[in-house]
Amino acid sequence: MITDRGLILACSAIGAGLALIAGIGPGVGQGIAAGHGASAVGRNPGAKGDITSTMLLGQAVAETTGLYGLAIAFILLFANPLIGKL
Amino acid sequence: MEAANLLASSEREVDFFVHGVFSYELFGQTFWITTTHVAIVIVMMIILIFAVAARITISHAEKYPKGFQNVVELIVEMLDKMVVNSMGPYAKKFRNYIGSIFIFILISNISGLFGLRPPTADYGVTLPLGLITFAIIQYNNIKYNKFGAFTGLFKPLPILFPINLIGEIAVPFSLSLRLFGNVLSGTVMMSLIYTLLAKFAYGWPGVLHIYFDVFSGAIQTYVFCMLTMVYVSDKLPEAES
Repeated sequence: MITDRGLILACSAIGAGLALIAGIGPGVGQGIAAGHGASAVGRNPGAKGDITSTMLLGQAVAETTGLYGLAIAFILLFANPLIGKL
Repeated sequence: MEAANLLASSEREVDFFVHGVFSYELFGQTFWITTTHVAIVIVMMIILIFAVAARITISHAEKYPKGFQNVVELIVEMLDKMVVNSMGPYAKKFRNYIGSIFIFILISNISGLFGLRPPTADYGVTLPLGLITFAIIQYNNIKYNKFGAFTGLFKPLPILFPINLIGEIAVPFSLSLRLFGNVLSGTVMMSLIYTLLAKFAYGWPGVLHIYFDVFSGAIQTYVFCMLTMVYVSDKLPEAES
């Protein structure tokens, strides 16, 4: 016997897991940025400081989409708005 | 809220929430003093004590600095260099704000090392920081671009107006969510390790503390300040050097 509440909790847990698929994009993007940063340092070791700071800035911006997914997962797990609708 | 907690059924409750310390009534509303307030007061006390000590040292500064004066000069020079590097001739106007939020966010993020719940892991702290930045961006936009601040929304094509408007309004939310998400994820990971792996968590979580609190905290502080400077200098006119 599945109660309404149990169904919502189970689906919320699955949804939180699915929301974290958003982590794939930033992972790939940050990896590409880090790879290009490394090759840039290899070509021009003198500009290491500038390259590193630019790379970190770009990576942090790319990370935002992943963090939106994380925020959705946290909302589903710990501040679930759907349970109040029962 | 407690009804929605999926993890509440485990033996030891995973605990990374903001707790109320005591409540009071004001104008018919109930307000809570939470652990975030306590942590933020501790962080502010640390910064204030450091500031007073720095002030005393600098007020009778010596030509050849030694000891604590060296540390203070190093910090000020580092912050100044960071602002000058990305804002150029406008650096003078903004280094107070950038320096303040840099020190505040850095100490807040690192406070997780000392057993506090980092104040920046509360959206009520990061959103105001984002909104202050937003106010500074728009103030400078109107101050330097006059009417162009409004017409700029219709460039390059008038049909892009809604997208430009959303792009402007999303700035404080993306800034604050980035900081909040990063610090909160570190806090959650650490509390998961300390509660679910409580039997094995001796010593080695220190390595994770270094990553989540020190490294990630420092990177996010730097990113918050850099993005603030990038957004603000985007609105400033080209400097005639």
